Amino acid sequence: MTSRFREQMEEALFPPFVALLVALIFGDLLILSYGQSPASVYRLLLEGTWGNAYGFGQVLYKATTLAFTGLAVSLGIRAGLFNVGAESQLAAGGFLAALVGLGLSPAVPGVIGVPLCMLAAALGGGIVGAIPAFLRVKFGAHEVIVTIMLNFVVLAFLNWIIANHLHVPETLHTPEIHNGAIPRLSQFIPAFHGSAANLTILIALLAAAGVWFLLFRTRRGYELRAVGLQPDAAEYGGVSVGGVWFRALTLSGAIAGLGGINYVLGYKHYYEDQFAGGSGFLGIAVALVGRNHPIGVILAALFFATLSQGGLAIHAFVPKQMVEVLQGVVIIAVAMSVPEVRRALRQARRPASA
Amino acid sequence: MNPISFLTQMLRISVPYLFAASGGVIAERAGIISLALEGFMLTGAFSATLGAYYSGSPWIGVLCGILGGLVFGMIHAVATIRYRADQVVVGIAINLLAVGVTRFFLKLAFASSSNSPRINGFPAKLSAHGFDNPLLWMGLLVAPVLAFVLYRTRFGLRARAVGEHPDAAESVGIPVARVRYAAVALSGMLAALGGVYLALDQHQFTDQMTAGRGFIAVAAVIFGRWDPLRAALACLLFAAAETLQIQLQGNHIIPSQFVEMIPYVLTIVALAGVVGKATPPAALGKTEH
Repeated sequence: MTSRFREQMEEALFPPFVALLVALIFGDLLILSYGQSPASVYRLLLEGTWGNAYGFGQVLYKATTLAFTGLAVSLGIRAGLFNVGAESQLAAGGFLAALVGLGLSPAVPGVIGVPLCMLAAALGGGIVGAIPAFLRVKFGAHEVIVTIMLNFVVLAFLNWIIANHLHVPETLHTPEIHNGAIPRLSQFIPAFHGSAANLTILIALLAAAGVWFLLFRTRRGYELRAVGLQPDAAEYGGVSVGGVWFRALTLSGAIAGLGGINYVLGYKHYYEDQFAGGSGFLGIAVALVGRNHPIGVILAALFFATLSQGGLAIHAFVPKQMVEVLQGVVIIAVAMSVPEVRRALRQARRPASA
Repeated sequence: MNPISFLTQMLRISVPYLFAASGGVIAERAGIISLALEGFMLTGAFSATLGAYYSGSPWIGVLCGILGGLVFGMIHAVATIRYRADQVVVGIAINLLAVGVTRFFLKLAFASSSNSPRINGFPAKLSAHGFDNPLLWMGLLVAPVLAFVLYRTRFGLRARAVGEHPDAAESVGIPVARVRYAAVALSGMLAALGGVYLALDQHQFTDQMTAGRGFIAVAAVIFGRWDPLRAALACLLFAAAETLQIQLQGNHIIPSQFVEMIPYVLTIVALAGVVGKATPPAALGKTEH
């Protein structure tokens, strides 16, 4: 193990551990405020998530969506762009996947139908990502604000389509898709019966591997990271910063959009208004805790999915809202400790004579 | 449509925006990105409800609401100023935290996951239009007062200096961090007042009752180009659109979803610089100075 590698690992791993400790302390306080014993509530949380097949299946399902949005946000950050729009990109992706799934005849074989729906999902998210990308590159409009504002615009627009043109009466969802359904894990592993986990998880892992390959094994990825670290230097080095930014944010949107298939093709088989339900925003937390590395993103997605499913497991004793507080605490704690840890490690590494 | 009822409804709708947007302006002019307005408002609404419920007095509610905003503002300030955490991340996290905290304590205090019991607002003795609500008047006055503070006082000058050129400010002896702490704390308290107004006006706290108003205020800050009076005008404009939509309901001229989009679309257009470019304070969001 080279010392450079060790340094990088330390810098990457310390903040999440600090955050976990802080979150545990806050969790203790919240549990005590409800007059319960922290140890037994935490045990319940673990038993309800990793302790049985159904709970674990739900964790995998929730982690799948979060992996997509986390990868999307982290790809943007690697290029120096903050994509706060994963929420609406996810929704737009799910929506277009459902549209194609509704339009395709059931006679079309699934090996054609599923990829077409997936392509539509990526396209939907990609379009929503391309708008702030274009405005940033062409007009210098800050992508943070544009993506936030676009979230509201896109979600209101989708709500209008569903509410006025495409819903099953008395609901806010579309009819069931005719084609493009992705099988659930319980078809292969009966123990998962009842949980929403489906084969989309494999696509999430492939997406993570793809992002890793792009970032660390291709010229484009090298340029992307160079732009993220030092845009001016990259520009002098002959890289078109605008081009990199446009491609990165569009691809980021496409990855978030692809996440929409987990719910639409894998779980409910229809698009429902508000199905994203905060998974896009949580993607920011996942990218942050996962330190913008695909492997870290997968682990962080599992962590946040465990928290969210665990909230349901403990609800009889402590309100599930506790985990929402802890999510916020973890994000702030990681955001606070990243610069601090970096500074502390740099100082510790300085030779004693200096 | 009755112009008087239109105007009064517009003013009442604009009050939470006016408070929150003023909070956004002061923080951003001092160089701290302000995406937590929604969270500050929600915390303000909830702590005001707690105060008003247990004391029976709306004024205690106002005080508690301000205090709630101050606490969350200080969390934001410590994280972004002392620890130099990413301001966008912290802002978003504060919003998540506010939703979680208010829900958890709603459950703890009132054993409900949707709303609090009824609380006392300000008594409406004179008219049904809400004009005897002191918060309404404060809301209408906050922007001109902030404009005075920002452009005519020492604190305002210092806040603008640390937002534009923190290095230069520091070299002439301005305590950059302290000015920013004050600006963000003030931002939390002002935005919280927007939430306080909502809770007292509706006589209760309901889960996520701010419903995105904090982000409309963010839009107003940018559309108003970081100037208190322009931002206030933007708030009035957005409130007018909302009022129009409410009063025209049933006419189906424009679907409500498209009216909801107006503030956001206008802000994107303003940022892209199609009509007069919106340029943020120079040091906005820079963690190192």
